[in-house]
Order: sequence, then structure tokens, then C-alpha cells
Amino acid sequence: MAGAAFDEMNGSGSGTDGVRPPYEALSAWLKQQPPEFFNTRRSQAELFFRRIGITFAVYGENETSERLIPFDIIPRLLTKAEWSFLERGLKQRVAALNAFLKDIYGPQECIRAGIIPADLVYRNPHYRLEVKDIPIPHDIYVHVAGIDIVRVGPNEFYVLEDNARTPSGVSYMLENREVMMRLFPELFARHHVAPVENYPDALLATLRSVAPESVARDPVVALLTPGRYNSAFYEHSFLADKLGVELVEASDLFVKDERVYMRTTQGPTRVDVIYRRIDDDFLDPLVFRPDSILGVPGIMGAYRAGNVTLANAVGTGISDDKAVYTYMPEIVRFFTGEDAILKNVPTWRCREPEALSHVLAHLSELVVKEVNGSGGYGMLVGPHASKRELDEFTRKLKHNPENFIAQPTLSLSTCPTFVASGVAPRHVDLRPFVLSGADEIRIVPGGLTRVALKEGSLVVNSSQGGGTKDTWVLDG
Amino acid sequence: MLSRTADSLFWLSRYSERADFVARILDATLRLTTLPQSYSGGRNEWESALASAGNVELFRSLYSVANEDTVRDFLAFNPRNPSSIRSCIETARENARSVRTALTSEMWDDLNCAWLEMKKYDNDISQEEFARFLDWVKRVVLTIDGSAYRTMLRNDAYWFTRLGSAIERADNTARILDVKYYLLLPETERVGGSLDYFQWTTILREVSALTAYHWVYRESVKPWLVADLLILNRQMPRSFANCYEILVRYLDLIADAYGRRGPSQRIATGMRARLSSSSIDEIFSRGLHEFVTEFIDENNRLGLAIAEQYLS
Repeated sequence: MAGAAFDEMNGSGSGTDGVRPPYEALSAWLKQQPPEFFNTRRSQAELFFRRIGITFAVYGENETSERLIPFDIIPRLLTKAEWSFLERGLKQRVAALNAFLKDIYGPQECIRAGIIPADLVYRNPHYRLEVKDIPIPHDIYVHVAGIDIVRVGPNEFYVLEDNARTPSGVSYMLENREVMMRLFPELFARHHVAPVENYPDALLATLRSVAPESVARDPVVALLTPGRYNSAFYEHSFLADKLGVELVEASDLFVKDERVYMRTTQGPTRVDVIYRRIDDDFLDPLVFRPDSILGVPGIMGAYRAGNVTLANAVGTGISDDKAVYTYMPEIVRFFTGEDAILKNVPTWRCREPEALSHVLAHLSELVVKEVNGSGGYGMLVGPHASKRELDEFTRKLKHNPENFIAQPTLSLSTCPTFVASGVAPRHVDLRPFVLSGADEIRIVPGGLTRVALKEGSLVVNSSQGGGTKDTWVLDG
Repeated sequence: MLSRTADSLFWLSRYSERADFVARILDATLRLTTLPQSYSGGRNEWESALASAGNVELFRSLYSVANEDTVRDFLAFNPRNPSSIRSCIETARENARSVRTALTSEMWDDLNCAWLEMKKYDNDISQEEFARFLDWVKRVVLTIDGSAYRTMLRNDAYWFTRLGSAIERADNTARILDVKYYLLLPETERVGGSLDYFQWTTILREVSALTAYHWVYRESVKPWLVADLLILNRQMPRSFANCYEILVRYLDLIADAYGRRGPSQRIATGMRARLSSSSIDEIFSRGLHEFVTEFIDENNRLGLAIAEQYLS
């Protein structure tokens, strides 16, 4: 598998077609460096992370180093042309996601038109009847989206997953760049790298633009965190700091007369926009989970009354569901009138009899996923599966086909990565962050590149040996 | 600013100030106990250290005797004592962590490093190492305070840290006087008595004012002047008078910024007026102990008023 992968520096897996143009300067530079250079720079990078990111190192309470996500010092490069293609595709896709959510929580024309089966919506655990027909400020649901993209060839990109709830990782995008600029000023001098540091400004502009229409003054924005024991707390405090908004916990907020206030040293202060980094389930114990202590009682009342904007909106989880994902090409066409610029990974919906028989016949070549599963649970990787596992999945598929989808095993592209044996190709993906405001869709050029550090591994998750890289969009 | 943020800033300063105070008590007591018995008067200085630092009942429930080993353990290292140096540093850092964004990175670094470093220390260290540990604690608090002074914006966040330090300092000084007031009463003065001299200088050391005393009074140590220095002298950083100067100043800045005055401003201003119109003779004639007890109560009342007005 790994041998056949497209390498973003050397082209095809064999490496015979020579260095691709965008990587020429980097490749030459890599060859010039003495062998010990990368080790020195890597330990410097780690030191920088400890310093600027020391907080996420110590949050786990049980000590430092293992809490740092490995950082690879070799950047991943994208050309301006590649990026503009991705950017157009991302804008189109997120616009479609917003229109889709507005529709399924409103007139439901896409269901009537047969674009998506009704039961996939109604029986979906992420579909929130509580917000059906509730007007949402400016009709925007997914204010912050993280779209996971993989590449398999020079011009072949696929969307692997839409993260439309509370996507995280943007602090790594920003911190990685910060560290790279300190470590390799000479590399930045040789490349024209589009900046990402304006992300917090873009996020703030987005959040301010979606304040309820009734807010006449300067809107007050706050970031709601589950608190310092949450694994992403570092990112929450980092962003609040860069945005210059209050980082609030549930106990800092209260609702009176369907309005949300925070407790401040000057008395109660109205809050208009809440960038919430807690899940729907925990938002309001009066409406969702009654045992939630992370939530604010009454906040849904204020939301329904249109007195506060929640970003992202309640109920966006349905659009990052794996079964709904398979309908994205149709959803994009229905709501934008155009074909999707960014392709989905070809997917068989096992709920459809023809697809099911194809999947059963080719099980050993495919990846089978549970529609509501996450984190790799309930997943079959055909090429690596034993006879017993294949048999077991055959049984499961026949018994409950609508619970599964199947995809080909994709050969993710590789990028040069510094590992124990030196610079070697490793598989990567990309998560750009898309911001939807009332005025425009904003995307800073770049995103978070995750890299599977183990040779041949396709798993980029940090929990399973994944690391991150700085992503450079070359401007000209 | 969020009330919770102000609360954390206030308490992180209080606890870091308290760590310094406990270190000073331990330092002064160690010095006193190294003197020959005839100088220290044969009292159990460790009992007295305990009384000054407070929480005697908790101590009794954890240890059977008060000696160097147990008091050292209780005041410096025991996590079950909320005012032990270890607990103070942990609580200060815990407060800092929850309001990370309200702090400068320098302040966070100092608190976090202190917390990491504190893990290395335990009561199994020698007297010499312990003395170095106390120096370290004092230096850490200086650094934290210095970072706040040098790096924080001069806005309400900074003002609340100053309020926390000042109210804690006032309380600490008052506690020492509450425990040792009898040493300062005129009837205990004996001409040429060396015994009390060392007690007085110990009090001065506990508030790091021994050198200051000589500069201010240019006299040998006299008990009423010690009381004057600790209570009424505005030049003395840890005196009641100076603490209330600071409290009034920062409470006024907060009131101006927020456009509203309240009970905390009234209580602080009232106490400052009382301190500036008193003389040490009056205080002695009306009863030093009563005066100190009243001060402690009033200082607590101010703490509650600040909490009520801003921190909840």
C-alpha cells in the first residue's frame, strides 16, 4: 500500500519522476543540512512547545512530555493553485452544509425531493427536534467547520469527514507556524508562505457578524469551555486570549428573562454570541441531559427566543454523521445547483441492496464503518482482517445493513517526515478550518496537517502515534 | 471582567503572600531556637510559631507534640494543612491555571515552575537544606510579585491581585501581633533584659522589618516602637497603615473604573482614617490586644465585602 502512495515531494511512490516543482527549494535545502541538524532543531522545537504550550503539557496532572503531540519539523507544501481549488471546494461544501441544516430544521424540501431518506434524519441521534422551526440568526448553523481532506494523487483530493460540531486543532495550526518561524527563518525567506496568523481575527469577525439582529450595540462574544479538565482546554484558553473575549464556564453564565448574562466584577453583562466548545448534550440541563453540570439552565430558552447566538448552532451533529456524509454529493448539487468540487470518498451504503451485495463480495478489499461509530470502533479494515473477523462482519452486515457504510482503502499521500531513520515518507491528511459568517465565508490558507509517524500507517490520530506538521500554502 | 477571574486573581495573590509569611515565621523561629535557652526564655517557640500561622486545632488533630519536626512538616509540607507552604503554592497555581488568560505568561511561568519545583521538596531534608528551601520560597514569591508588577496591564486584573496581597499582609501582621502582643506591653519591659530583645527582633524578622526599624527610629529596639512600626507606620510595607493605604488606593481605582462605590470602599476608607488618626500611646492605653482583635475582624469584614461586591 505505502509503496504505491503519491508522495507530495517526489511524485509517484517510486520517486523516479523527480522532485515536484513546489518542493524543489525545500528538497535542495533538506539535502544541504548536516545529519545532526534535524535532531538539534527537533529538540529546539520541543523546547519551544514546552515554553509556549507548557500549559497543555501539565494539564493531565500526571506529567509533562507525553502530553505533547509530536511535531514534525518538515513543512507540508501546497501550491497556490492547489489551495485555490481546495478553497473553492470548501466554500461550496460548507455553504451546502448550512443550507442543508437550515432545510432539515425548516421546510425539509430535500427530504420531499428524495435527496436524503427521511428516516436517516428522524432516526438520527444527532437530529435535534428541539430546534425544529426555530429561526437561527442569519441562518448560519456551522460557523466553524473542520473538513478532513486526504489526497491520493497530484490532482485528486477527497473529503474524508465533515466536522461540524466543535472541531478542534486550530491552536496547533497557529502554534506550529509560530515555532517554524522561529526555527527556520531562512526557509521562510526562500518560500512565500501565506500567513495563518490572522485566524483569530477572522474568527472574531465571523462571530461578531452572527450576533442576533436585535443587538444594536457592539456584540459581546464569549467562549464557553467545559473547564480546565477538558483535554482541549489549552485550545479554549489560547483562543479566548487571542480573540480577546472572556473564557467562560457554565457557572459564569446565567439566564434571566430569556437573556444570557455573565457574572462580572461590574455586575451582570449581556452576552450575545457564545462560541461554545461543549456538545449539545451538555448545553442545557433543562432541555438535554439533566445531569449535566457543564451546562447553563435556561440557555436553550434564550436561544429559542433569538436572544443569543450559539456557534456552532444546536443540531449540527447530523451533518457530520457518516451516513449523511454519503449523501453530500447530492446535497451539494441540490442546494448549490453545482456539482461538488470536492469529491467524497466513494462509499457504498449498505442499506441499499445492490451496494450490500458488492460490499459482501469484496469485503477483504474494503473498509467497513458503523454509521454512528467513531474513533475506530466497530470498524473493519478488510485487507488486514482475519478470516474470523471477515465472517463476523458478513453476519453483521446481513443482519443490520443500514448500520454500515463501506469505502475502498485509500492510499493517502505521503510527505517527507523526520523520523528515527532520517527523512522518510509518511502518510498525511489535512484539516482546513472554514469560518461562515453573516457577511462571508473565511478560510485562512492552510490548516492542520496530521501525519502518521509509524511507517506504512494510515492512522493520523494523535492517540495512535500521529503527529502534526506546519502546512504552507505557497503564495506565488 | 468575570467575577470568577477576579476571584482567582485575588486568591492567587493571597496564597502566594501567605506562602511567604509562613516561610518567614519558620525562618524567624529557627533562628530563635538556635539561641541558648537563656536567651529564648525556655518557651516552646514552635508552639508560638504555630499560633502565629494559625490553625492550631488542625495541628493537634494531626500531631501529638509541637516540635521542630512536626511544626516544620505541618507548616511547610503537609498537604492537609490548607495554609502549608505546599498547599499555598498549589492553591495559587490552581487559581492561576483557571484564569490563564488573565495572567501574563511571565506570571504563569513563575507559578507553574514554583509548583513543579515544590514537588521536589519534602520534610526529609536537613536543617541546612530546609533553610535553603525557605529562601527559595521567599524568592519565588518575590518573583511572582515582581512579574505582576513588571508585566501586568494596570487594569482591574492587576488591582485585584494587589487587593489580595494587601488584605493578606494586613491579616498576617495582625496575627503576629495577636499572638505576641503581650511581649510588647510596657509591663513586660525590663531594663537590660536581653530575653525580650530577642523576642522583639524575632517579630521584626517575621515581617522583615529589622533593618527598617533601625532606619526609621534610629534607636535600640523598644517594644512600643515595634508596635508603632507594625501598626501605624506608613513607610513600613507590612504595617496595617500601609496595607490600608494600598487597599484604599486600589479600591478607589476599581470604583472609578466601574463608576460605582460600595461597602468595600467605605470599610477600607473608614479603617484608614482610624489608623491615621491614632497614636500608639492611645492604642496602648485603650488596650493593644483589643485593638488588634478589632482590626482582624474588620479586615475579615472587608474581605467579605470585596467578595460580595466583586467576586461572586
